[in-house]
Amino acid sequence: MVAPLQHIIAVAGLLFSIGVLGVLFRRNAIIVFMSIEIMLNAVNLAFVAFSRYHGNIDGQVFVFFSMTLAAAEVAVGLAIMVALFRNLKTTDISKISSLKY
Amino acid sequence: MADTLYLLVLFPFIGFLVNGLGGRWLSGKQSGLVASLAVAGSFLIGAQLFLGLLARPEDNRRLVQTLFTWLPVGELNIHVTYVFDPLAAIMVLVITGVGLLIHIYSIGYMRDDPGIRRYFAYLNLFTFMMLNLVLSDSLVLLFMGWEGVGLCSYLLIGFWFSDAAKARAGMKAFVVNRIGDAGFLIAMIMIFDRFGTLSMADISWLAPGAGIDTTFITTVTLLMFVGAVGKSAQVPLYVWLPDAMAGPTPVSALIHAATMVTAGVYLVARNSALFALAPITMGIIAAIGTITALLAAIIAITQTDIKKVLAYSTISQLGYMFIALGVGAFSAAIFHLMTHAFFKALLFLGAGSVIHGMGDEQDLRKMGRLRQLMPTTFMTMTIGALAIAGLPGLAGFFSKDEILWSAFNSSGGISWIWLVGLATAGLTAFYMARMLFLTFFGERRWAEGVKPHESPSVMTVPLIILAFLSIVGGYAGVPEALGGHNALHHFLAPLMATFQASGEASQAANHPLELLLMLLSTGVVLVAAYYAYRFFVQQPGLPETAAGKFPQLYRLSNRRFYVDEIYALLIIRPFRALADLLWKWIDVRIIDNLVNLAGRTTERLGGALRLMQSGLIQHYASLLLLGVVFILLAVAMG
Amino acid sequence: MTTALFYLFSIFLLGSALFVVLNRHPVYSVVMLVFSFANLAGIYFLLEAYFIGILQVLVYAGAIMVLFLFVVMLLNVSPERPRARWVPLDRWWFGAVALVFVISLGALLVRGVGQLPSARSEVPDGFGGITQIAEALFSRYLLPFETAALLLTVALVGTVFLAKRKI
Repeated sequence: MVAPLQHIIAVAGLLFSIGVLGVLFRRNAIIVFMSIEIMLNAVNLAFVAFSRYHGNIDGQVFVFFSMTLAAAEVAVGLAIMVALFRNLKTTDISKISSLKY
Repeated sequence: MADTLYLLVLFPFIGFLVNGLGGRWLSGKQSGLVASLAVAGSFLIGAQLFLGLLARPEDNRRLVQTLFTWLPVGELNIHVTYVFDPLAAIMVLVITGVGLLIHIYSIGYMRDDPGIRRYFAYLNLFTFMMLNLVLSDSLVLLFMGWEGVGLCSYLLIGFWFSDAAKARAGMKAFVVNRIGDAGFLIAMIMIFDRFGTLSMADISWLAPGAGIDTTFITTVTLLMFVGAVGKSAQVPLYVWLPDAMAGPTPVSALIHAATMVTAGVYLVARNSALFALAPITMGIIAAIGTITALLAAIIAITQTDIKKVLAYSTISQLGYMFIALGVGAFSAAIFHLMTHAFFKALLFLGAGSVIHGMGDEQDLRKMGRLRQLMPTTFMTMTIGALAIAGLPGLAGFFSKDEILWSAFNSSGGISWIWLVGLATAGLTAFYMARMLFLTFFGERRWAEGVKPHESPSVMTVPLIILAFLSIVGGYAGVPEALGGHNALHHFLAPLMATFQASGEASQAANHPLELLLMLLSTGVVLVAAYYAYRFFVQQPGLPETAAGKFPQLYRLSNRRFYVDEIYALLIIRPFRALADLLWKWIDVRIIDNLVNLAGRTTERLGGALRLMQSGLIQHYASLLLLGVVFILLAVAMG
Repeated sequence: MTTALFYLFSIFLLGSALFVVLNRHPVYSVVMLVFSFANLAGIYFLLEAYFIGILQVLVYAGAIMVLFLFVVMLLNVSPERPRARWVPLDRWWFGAVALVFVISLGALLVRGVGQLPSARSEVPDGFGGITQIAEALFSRYLLPFETAALLLTVALVGTVFLAKRKI
């Protein structure tokens, strides 16, 4: 293996944490969305690393499905964003809070 | 041949469904026709099965059909099994035969009632339930029938429910019956606990076996008898039956005279094997029967409502049947049950015809001299009255004397049971004669505008048939002392257990004595009838003089010994007070407040938690992440 | 040599991801995201997941990122300005949650992955190649594969519907 498993998983963990920070702190919906993509990719990386570690192809198949899902999610998500922007003239999620108590 | 057994119960059920669900598309007449045809079908099947039963050898008269398993619960398997044996045969023929006549009669009687379809639906349902009751082998199915007839009784007593008093009468019948049913239910549970089965055939077979202690048998039979007391209107639970007269008269004839109220008698007779093992219970049954017979007969003398007279007469006659059961003469009880069904149904229907002809007048004091105006009703009712009074040659004579003879024998001589039975026979003759005389003889006392008329033939034909049956019904059991061979007794004998002190055991012995006793009771009846004639025809002023002489006695009888009032004072009032207390204090102050507290707490909590819904997606995401943290920690720690 | 390459890719990956999150301008973010995904694809190649690596370039760095870029251009989003006003406590709350999360994730890494024995060094020929993935995909994973197709169809319809001018 190209590097110890622990290192690869650590990279995946850091990547995921970066995504979390983006989701929690950014207000631009598009960037929040990108952060989610980063988190997804962190998980994919962990999958691939474990797949290599165990010599088992199933992990990579899972990544394949995860990518399919990401593609669908991005398409729908961005469509929602377009619709949202069209109606509210903003992508700032701290200003979108009409669904509250 | 047993294959057609299920049709017996199926026909009335179909009739019930057709009338109950499709009644709106039927005219009243069609509805009655459907109901009558359903019962007629059952009657024909029953008659065919009965003939088949007769053709069999005496020890093999038992048809069984198991339809399906109703309740399979652990060890408890309740099958819907119908058994057609001599006892069931007689019950079925009485229920469907008399029932059919009453159905037909109802077509005329209920002709103008807007609820006629509902009426026939209930009537069919009743027949279905009653047949289940008598055909079932399992106590559970019997209990279903038992409760089912109770329900129909409730529905039909309160048939004119817009009249609050009538609705209340229905409720009273239902509630009073419930007391008895509780006893029956407990008995059932105890039996299952001990025998592991609820099939009555099995129980009868198991019960005489060794190892069953007397205390258990006595308790179980007593509890069962409590059920019978409720259903068959014995002291102290008889109070519902007089009120049950609020229902339509044919209903009183079918349910509250001929069939349902005899279910208690049937229950005891069916489980005679159990009861024969419990001498204490038998003694209590005889005592209750005796008290009921006398008490009800005394009350009947002074009642002014024609249906109330008949109601108390029914209670009294049921007491007679329980006397027979109590002294171990089970088949005599069934014999009297059968003949009583004939003549009491006849009397009720006759009374219904009078009421109908008088324009819904039930007060004896406002009748009189109807003899010529209602000849058929008069003739048939006279036959019925003679039959119940026990005039030699008519149905009541044979069955009543078999009971008296059994009672006489059971203690080997003159006993108080026998004496009271004899006295009741005299009282019966007296109040029946009084009813007849007040209705059909004397002066006309009806109000202006009332135009008494004879009923249509749809009503009188059943009367004539029942009158015929009241004459010949007794010949099924002519005692050996009169040269018969008591066919009914032998027909039922294989099913009936022998009670140790049974009056039937030594029955064959003393024919001259039996004849003497018959003469005696006939003499009592004739004397009583003569006095009734003197009182109510020859000297119409005499009753008032007599009442004036013994005012307390008269009032006691007329006011029905104040039993209802005593119950109200001792049971209903305290109960109400308790209910009031529970309602106004426990319920309103405590329970309601607890409920409100729960509601208010939820409301406040929700109000607080609501603030979490900020609508900001990042708040939600942070909480989601917190959940993930918990999962991570759980995995990392584990 | 490959190990050094892995750490290089990792540094680029994390750096560019951090840039995506920290940068105020969406267009720069998108470009840096493309760069970070390309680095990820490199790591995939190093891990001998060749098919996935190619997919990463095609689907993520290619298709998805183009979509992002289009939307950014379409909406003409301006750079994000600093928050005028924080909801009280939010800053600290988010920070605390993120911190707790990172700590627990680290704990899991140390306690879980840290205990694992070292990996087998060799994998069979053709591991991670298109043949092997296809074999798995069209035999054991046929039903999920078909379901994924259905999912894409649904997403397609949903997107068309949502993007219509009036909803």
